[in-house]
Amino acid sequence: MRSIFSSATQEAERLHRLDTYFIIAALAVLLLVAALTVYYAIKYRDKGDGVEPEQTSSNLKLEAAMLVGPTLLVAAFFFLTIRTTQAILPPAGRLVPAVRIVGHQWWWEATYPGTNVVTANEIHLPVGQRLLIEGTSADVIHDWWLPAFGEKMDVIPGRLNHVWATIRAPGVYEGACNEFCGQQHAWMRIRVVAHTPADYARWLAAAGQPAAPPTGALAQAGGALFAHYACSSCHQIRGTAAHGHQGPDLTHFGSRRTMLAGLLENNPDNLSRWLTDPQAIKPGAHMPRFIFGRDSIRALTAYLTQLK
Amino acid sequence: MANTTVLVPEPARPLPGLSINSSQGLLQWISSVDHKQLGIMYLWMALLFMLVGGLEILLVRVQLAVPRNTFLSPEAYNQLFTMHGTTMIFFVAMPALFGFGIYFVPLMIGANEMAFPRLNALSLWLTLFGGSLMYFSFLAGGAPDAGWFNYAPLNQFNYSSSPGVDYYCAGLLLAGIGTITASINLVVTILRYRIPGMRFKDMPVFVWMMLLTACLVLASFPALNAALAMLLLDRQLHAHFFDVTGGGSAVLWQHLFWLFGHPEVYVLILPAFGIFSEIFAVFSRKPVFGYAFIVGSGIAIALLAFGVWVHHMLAVGLGNTVNGFFSASSMLIGIPTGIKIFNWLATMHGGSLRFTVAMRFAIAFLVEFTIGGLSGIAFAIVPIDLQLTDTYFVVAHIHYVFIGGTLFGLFAGLFYWFPKMSGRLLDERLSKWFFWLFVVGFNGTFLVQHVLGTLGMPRRVYTYPDLPGWGLLNMISTAGGFLMGAATLLLVYMLVTAIRRGPLAPADPWDAYTLEWATTSPPTLQNFDRVPPVRSARPWRDHKRPDDADHLKPGKKKGVHGK
Repeated sequence: MRSIFSSATQEAERLHRLDTYFIIAALAVLLLVAALTVYYAIKYRDKGDGVEPEQTSSNLKLEAAMLVGPTLLVAAFFFLTIRTTQAILPPAGRLVPAVRIVGHQWWWEATYPGTNVVTANEIHLPVGQRLLIEGTSADVIHDWWLPAFGEKMDVIPGRLNHVWATIRAPGVYEGACNEFCGQQHAWMRIRVVAHTPADYARWLAAAGQPAAPPTGALAQAGGALFAHYACSSCHQIRGTAAHGHQGPDLTHFGSRRTMLAGLLENNPDNLSRWLTDPQAIKPGAHMPRFIFGRDSIRALTAYLTQLK
Repeated sequence: MANTTVLVPEPARPLPGLSINSSQGLLQWISSVDHKQLGIMYLWMALLFMLVGGLEILLVRVQLAVPRNTFLSPEAYNQLFTMHGTTMIFFVAMPALFGFGIYFVPLMIGANEMAFPRLNALSLWLTLFGGSLMYFSFLAGGAPDAGWFNYAPLNQFNYSSSPGVDYYCAGLLLAGIGTITASINLVVTILRYRIPGMRFKDMPVFVWMMLLTACLVLASFPALNAALAMLLLDRQLHAHFFDVTGGGSAVLWQHLFWLFGHPEVYVLILPAFGIFSEIFAVFSRKPVFGYAFIVGSGIAIALLAFGVWVHHMLAVGLGNTVNGFFSASSMLIGIPTGIKIFNWLATMHGGSLRFTVAMRFAIAFLVEFTIGGLSGIAFAIVPIDLQLTDTYFVVAHIHYVFIGGTLFGLFAGLFYWFPKMSGRLLDERLSKWFFWLFVVGFNGTFLVQHVLGTLGMPRRVYTYPDLPGWGLLNMISTAGGFLMGAATLLLVYMLVTAIRRGPLAPADPWDAYTLEWATTSPPTLQNFDRVPPVRSARPWRDHKRPDDADHLKPGKKKGVHGK
């Protein structure tokens, strides 16, 4: 089971230490209270003799101890809070981020400064580097969080936020939007694919390429339909005339493992179901139902699947 | 010697509502300005809304029982969880706490009425109409669907176009005005209508806590009401307070809401602390340990409550300096809150404990509230907050505080005061069944949600992917929820049967300490004619044990303070 304790970044590892201290302290306090509660409940139960116990009502020394103990504990954790925060979340200054995240209802857009790469929901990052991840939103407030990466970041329209991540090992890490953002808040999941620096450079180069022209009659018909219908007013496919920015960039749609921000596996069946009736698959999504003919859907599916 | 009694002042001219003949049934209740009838109506209203809010969340739990469930549409789901949260906070917890306050504050301070009886009635009806108006939205095109804290810009018309959010604003504004008037009434009553001789340090802890709560309401509700008015302007008249594209600020709503919202947490917990303080004392047969300390820490909480709101917003990115400040203040407020637990433990220490159902809820509260308090400290630690905020860990935390704290306090108060209010006794065997069902159901529902949070399950999702462990933990949580639902139905049955044909209750069934037990059960329309003189915080005990009265204790000038 992946959890906040399966740290995948150095920042999360640092946080994990703080988590451990806190869990130990909290369990100790809870155990103390629970033990005293049970012990007193047994020891001081009414003996049925009708005798009123001694009417003690205060003890200044004990009360002072009750005040000092928790205060020291809290002071220690405040010190740790400040130290850990400074270590994992220093200000970003004017540093150019490795990736810019924009939250949308209900998908994630990722751009890579210094390149023309734009992708959605599946975000590729290199391991071993201290990455600055910058976030904002195009509509309502969302929240970027991968449990294995430690801290989360609200992405807010009109504001730029940031987090740091030094990913330790290649692999796939999952996360999700954590701020309630409307109907499809549940299906706004994040997939981060971490590569070795060499693999990452290869991915970045490939992702920067424009879409390859479709091959085969069906896919070519699909490409023509994509241009003919309203698709291009919301979606971008680099290398074609489609330059919309409302929906996800589809230039390399076929290379993604999942679609609709984690809702479904990316395969031709799911894609043609989605094109048939988006509102039945992801109710509330901003993709309208176009009532395409069955042939059109087949052609569009063939075209989009080829966009590797 | 101590039994010369004090005359309770009565107005020369009775109020109009009081002259209605008591045989007039429902009409008498509707037109009543009697604080006891109004208090009881507050409690019935809270119970009614609790059944509705509980039903809503059971539907939500059914939807979440298995991964990728399609029982509810996302639209319906979002309306149900929004209404659940809003209902439970504003139309269950607050009316119930104010119901007890309005019923028992005058009795405990030896008064025959609240300061402003007609305003008292207005408060109740405003709150009820506010709640009804909010529920009317279901018929008017859709209930509010942006969560109980209703963040901008999701609350704007272009993201929530049903009229639900407008009804949310109007309903909460009405109820909020009702709460403010009730608070003014309580403050004036407590400051001006105490029986002659009752000093501040003789006031029962519950009265102190209601006074602090009322002050918190008066200082915090203006922020909410202003925010609601601004939101209505945004939605109806195209103002741009929270509309980013029009130059407004999405974060402004959060500041205004939590500037109200965090004091609100203490509005909901301080009265429960008051109830528990009475109950621990009476059922341990000892005065509450550290009266001055409990009251003093209550005052500290009430002041600090206004300096901690940003701990709800640590992920907003306000900077490490701001976050550090609010981390410090939030930890600071944890100290007086946490220490009270030890005060109550020390009250039990050396006592003679009677395990009535009220006391059982109080003892269970010690452990449950400690869990909620400790997970609360986790959110004051900025880096841990940045991990866990907006996950199911928060859901677990707030429910350990609001159920383990506030609701257990309300149940404890209900079992403690029911004989006084109704003149009847509840069935002891069924009461214990209710206690165990509810406690087991509650922990079954929410303990596992801590784990779900650390696994990364976000709150407020209408469904979730089938990740390892998620389905099982959610199923356990749903089962626990239904146990609580069954317990609640049992409670309703117990209340109704006890009111109809329960055994008659004596005036002072618990051998208690405070003045409400000095009158009949239930009290007559005029609470008291005369009450024993008040010379300590336990006047009714002083009256019953004149030779051992608190103000006669050796080595002290007066009262129960000092070892």
